[in-house]
Order: sequence, then structure tokens, then C-alpha cells
Amino acid sequence: MQLKPQLSKLFKFCALVCLLFVMTGCRFNMRDQPRYEALEGSAFFEDGRASRQMIEDTVARDNLRTDEHFYTGQIDGVPVETFPFPVTKEVLTRGQQRFDIFCAPCHGRIGDGNGMIVQRGFKQPFSFHIDRLRDASPGYFYGAITNGFGAMPIYATRIPPEDRWAIVAYIKALQLSQNAALADVPETELENLENQ
Amino acid sequence: MSRQVFLHPIANTIAKLLILGIVGGAVGLTVFSMLVARSPLMAQVDIAPVQPVPFSHEHHVDGLGLVCRYCHVYVEDSAFAGVPQTEICVGCHSQVWADSPTLAPVLDSYKANESLEWNRVYDLPDYVYFNHSIHINKGVACVSCHGQVNEMPIVRKQSTLHMDWCLDCHRNREDNIRPRSEVFDMHWEAPEDLEALRQRLVEDYHVDVEQFNITDCSICHR
Ligand code: HEC
Ligand code: HEC
Ligand code: HEC
Ligand code: HEC
Ligand code: HEC
Ligand code: HEC
Repeated sequence: MQLKPQLSKLFKFCALVCLLFVMTGCRFNMRDQPRYEALEGSAFFEDGRASRQMIEDTVARDNLRTDEHFYTGQIDGVPVETFPFPVTKEVLTRGQQRFDIFCAPCHGRIGDGNGMIVQRGFKQPFSFHIDRLRDASPGYFYGAITNGFGAMPIYATRIPPEDRWAIVAYIKALQLSQNAALADVPETELENLENQ
Repeated sequence: MSRQVFLHPIANTIAKLLILGIVGGAVGLTVFSMLVARSPLMAQVDIAPVQPVPFSHEHHVDGLGLVCRYCHVYVEDSAFAGVPQTEICVGCHSQVWADSPTLAPVLDSYKANESLEWNRVYDLPDYVYFNHSIHINKGVACVSCHGQVNEMPIVRKQSTLHMDWCLDCHRNREDNIRPRSEVFDMHWEAPEDLEALRQRLVEDYHVDVEQFNITDCSICHR
């Protein structure tokens, strides 16, 4: 079929206008590509999750946790008395930050067991400043974070081991600070205090 | 040659107007639909989606003082901020409001070991690469991109997530950074010497505006 020249022009013009519409925002295929994002749902796996869980009795690379002291806070089932690495100022600052995020909601900023969630009806934990807990070893605290403690949830999935030790170090520092006697204050500072 | 006149002379004008109308209409419609497709409305800005549980950030963040990282645990270290496992909710709700019917889906999901399906609020197309950790570590605050989440009963989108939105900030990134320690603070008030502070941060965090161009296509389309 032969179109008249004018008609053919009109036809081309219409086609162009139609093409313009295509440009207005076609957002299908490339927007959702055949790959999974983290935590996306999946029709392929039975449990409907794209993020797979560890297969039982397997160890991920770099996850062979042979250092008992560092990973469990126990040696032969007894909570350790020492830290697996030196406690520096950086460790304490990190510990304070993580304590305020994860522990303060229940244990309070100073560890008195009077955090916001407790005020809203959660079981009240003991203050960290009673004698029993002041004498408790770092391994004991590490164990509570790693395995949970009674009503308290397990934090092992959210806090990596380095941070758990940092939190323990900070709790130990809190206990010292809340129990400081006047005799512990250095002499130079004491003068400052007396002048006030 | 004589012109043939079939109709009233005004017919010519009408015909011209008609052609103009058709062409103008087509172009207008195209422009209009382009504008609509790129409008904040189409990007679902400020529209609260329906969620399986009416989880309120206002309640948990401003009301209870929880920090973003209590739930969005990986935001500092990974591309993906993460939505909390129900295990995290149950840590508190095993005791607090445990028999509230609004919380039933959470506890059921935990007991049955099935996922709770939240609807995404912020979702980029798959052809765009985004990474939370670089933004957090260079001092871009949650509030700059997500708005006052702490005041939202249900999270609503506060930006279009269009390319121009990313680029607007990438072009002026030195105006959008603050100290790393304040990134999570939803009530941060800028100090008076803001200019000097920003200049220092640009240097400390190596936000090299001249050397390193983060408006190149390959930064986001990898
Ligand atoms: C959801 C509230 C909550 C949070 C958050 C929480 N705890 Fe606890 N914790 C408790 C409660 C309640 C107990 C007492 C449990 C019981 O007796 O059943 C407890 C007990 C403990 C104990 C044992 C104390 C004792 O009496 O022997 C330690 C140690 C401890 N928590 C440390 C931590 C640390 C460290 C963190 C932060 C990583 C933390 N907790 C976060 C609620 C919480
Ligand atoms: C008690 C846990 C909790 C805390 C604390 C929390 N969030 Fe959330 N957040 C959630 C849950 C659950 C969702 C998914 C439900 C939803 O989208 O409303 C979510 C969703 C979001 C989303 C939308 C995600 C999407 O679907 O695209 C943003 C943005 C967000 N949170 C930002 C924040 C910021 C910023 C803070 C700190 C001020 C914060 N959250 C603190 C639990 C929490
Ligand atoms: C740190 C403890 C804590 C965590 C974690 C937590 N909540 Fe809550 N939530 C509370 C408290 C406390 C209240 C009650 C607030 C009040 O009394 O003002 C509450 C209230 C609620 C309510 C309102 C209940 C009602 O019937 O009105 C819902 C819904 C809720 N939370 C959902 C969730 C979800 C979903 C998660 C997990 C993403 C979650 N919460 C995580 C402490 C928590
Ligand atoms: C530079 C802008 C920007 C900043 C800063 C930012 N976000 Fe996001 N956020 C986004 C974008 C864009 C998405 C959508 C990502 C996608 O679809 O892949 C998103 C998605 C999310 C989600 C949904 C889950 C995910 O990772 O896709 C959560 C939760 C979230 N952000 C929380 C936070 C929190 C908490 C902070 C502060 C620590 C924060 N965001 C800071 C831009 C930002
Ligand atoms: C509020 C400001 C802001 C917004 C909005 C923003 N960014 Fe950024 N972005 C930054 C800053 C600041 C950096 C760090 C720049 C540097 O290192 O010099 C950055 C870095 C990045 C990088 C890493 C560059 C690299 O290779 O190291 C990517 C990728 C990125 N942004 C993607 C995005 C995308 C995609 C969006 C939109 C969805 C977005 N950003 C929105 C401020 C922003
Ligand atoms: C800072 C990150 C960033 C950079 C740099 C960037 N883009 Fe984009 N681009 C995006 C985002 C985000 C979208 C998704 C827009 C949407 O959802 O509508 C996008 C979408 C697009 C689209 C799809 C059309 C659309 O608007 O939906 C094209 C084409 C594109 N970009 C091309 C480019 C080119 C070419 C460059 C380099 C000049 C570039 N982009 C640089 C973030 C970026």
C-alpha cells in the first residue's frame, strides 16, 4: 500500500508523539532485576526468605572460634577473671557508646537497673553496684551478654565479641566510679574539690 | 490560478487552530504526564504504607529513648541498614504489652519462626547502588535523608529518591555533614561556628570536594 506523502508525514508524526509517551516514565524491568536484596522475600526457598541461614554443623569462613577466652568468656567452664586484650581509653569509650545503646534502656545510664523500659513494666534487674556484682568477674558479665540472663534477651547476634568485652570494661569502670571514696581522688584534684 | 473557496473563509483559521490544538495538546499531555511521573506524589512521598504491625518510631525513639542502632544494628558497617528481627521486639515485648492484640503478629511470627513482612518505605530501583555506611561514617545524618523519623507514628517517605535528590546533596556535600557522633541525634542543633566546624570535618573525614567527584555516573550506577 502506498500512502500519500502528506499522510505518510502525518503517520510519522503520530508515531513520534506515541514514542514521546513511552519516555514519560517506564519503570519496570530494570527497576526490579532478577536478583535478591537483603531480607527480600523469595518464592524459591521454602521458608520464603532470600537471606539464608547457616546450615547446621557448618562453620563460616573466619568463624572457627577456637579462642575460648575471647569467644565464651570462660575457661573450662569457669568465667575468666581477665580481659582477652588490654583495656585502653578507646576500648572504654567504645564500651560506653555500646552500653548506652544496648544496655541503658533497661539497666540505666549508670547501671542502677532503673532504665526507661523497666519504668514501663519490664522486670527490674539488680543494680550493678551491689557487692555481689562488684565482685563478679568480667567473664560473668560477658556470659550474660552472650547467653542472655533470665528475662534478659540474648545479645550475641547484635553485639560482636570485641564490643561485648568493651561493654564489660565500661561496666567495671562504672562500678569503680559509683563506689569511689574520697581517698581515691588524686591530691591535686582534691584541692580543687575543697576550693569549691 | 484561481483559488477554490468551498466554505466560509474562517474555516481556514479553524483548521489551523485545530492542528495547533492537536499538536499543542499532544505536547502538553506529554509534558504533563512527565511531570506527574516525576512528582513527589507518584514517588509516594509522605504517604504512610499499611504495615502488619503499627510500629511507632515516635513511641519507641522519642518516648522510650531508644537509639536507632538498637534495632537498625548494621547501619554503620554495611550498605543495608536492616530491619530488626522479631527476636529484637520480643526481647522487650515478652513482658511489656505482651497480650496486646496489636502485637500478636510479632509474637506469632517469633513463635512460628516465620518472617514478619514489612512493606518497604524507601526502595531504590535495582540499578542504583546505595550504601549506608559511607554516608554515616562521613557524617551524613539519618535526619538529612529520612526526616524526623522520631516524630512519625508510621514511617513515611520524606524524599523522592530521584536522581536529582542524590545529586543535589553530592554537589554540596560539604554543607550536609556534621560530627560523626551526632549522626543519630534527631535533635542536633548546629553550633554557632558551623562554617569553621564543617571546614574542619571536610578535612578530618577526607571529604575531598575537588579531587574526588561523586557525581560521576559510575558511583551510583555500577
Ligand atoms: C530489655 C531489658 C534489658 C536490657 C536491654 C539489658 N538487660 Fe541485663 N538484665 C535485664 C533483666 C530484667 C535482668 C535480670 C534477669 C532475671 O533476673 O531474670 C538482667 C540481668 C543482667 C545481668 C545479671 C545480673 C545479676 O543479677 O547477676 C547482667 C550482667 C546484665 N543484665 C548485663 C547486661 C548488659 C551488659 C546489657 C547490654 C548489652 C544488658 N544487660 C541489657 C534486662 C535487660
Ligand atoms: C525499636 C526498634 C526500632 C528503633 C529504635 C528504630 N527503628 Fe526504624 N524501623 C523499625 C522497624 C520495625 C521498621 C519497619 C517498619 C516500618 O517501616 O515502619 C523500621 C523502619 C525504618 C525506616 C523505613 C525503612 C523502609 O522500609 O524503607 C526508616 C527510615 C527508619 N526505620 C529509621 C529509623 C531511625 C532514623 C531511627 C532512630 C532515630 C530508628 N529507625 C529507630 C524499628 C526501629
Ligand atoms: C527496648 C524495649 C522495646 C523494644 C525492643 C520494642 N518495644 Fe515496642 N514498646 C515498648 C514499650 C515499653 C511500649 C509501651 C510504651 C508505653 O507504655 O508508653 C511499647 C509499645 C509498642 C506498641 C504499642 C502497643 C499497643 O498495644 O498500643 C507496639 C505495636 C510495639 N511496641 C511494637 C514493637 C515492635 C514491632 C518492635 C520490634 C521492631 C518493638 N515494639 C520493639 C518497648 C519496646
Ligand atoms: C544519604 C541518605 C541516607 C542517610 C544519611 C540514611 N539513609 Fe537510610 N536509606 C536511604 C536510602 C536511599 C534507602 C533505600 C535503600 C535501597 O532501597 O537500597 C534507605 C533505606 C533505609 C532503611 C530500609 C532498609 C535498607 O537498608 O534498605 C532503613 C531501616 C534506614 N534506611 C535507616 C537509616 C538510619 C537508621 C539512618 C541513620 C543512621 C539512615 N538510614 C541514614 C538513604 C539514607
Ligand atoms: C544529604 C547528603 C547526601 C545525599 C542525599 C546522598 N548522599 Fe551519597 N554521599 C554523601 C557524602 C557526604 C558522601 C561521601 C563523599 C566523600 O567521601 O567525599 C557520599 C558518598 C556516596 C557514595 C560512595 C562514593 C564512593 O565511591 O566512595 C555513594 C555510592 C553514594 N553516596 C550514593 C548515593 C545515592 C544513590 C544517593 C541517593 C539515593 C545519595 N548518595 C544521596 C552525601 C549524600
Ligand atoms: C548520586 C547517585 C547518582 C549518580 C552520580 C547518577 N545517578 Fe542516575 N540515578 C540515580 C537514582 C537514585 C536513580 C533512580 C531515579 C528514580 O527512581 O526515579 C537514577 C536513575 C537514572 C536513570 C533512569 C531514568 C530515571 O530518571 O528514572 C538514568 C537513565 C540515569 N540515572 C543515568 C545517569 C547518568 C547518565 C549519570 C551520570 C551523568 C547518572 N545517572 C549519575 C542516582 C545517580
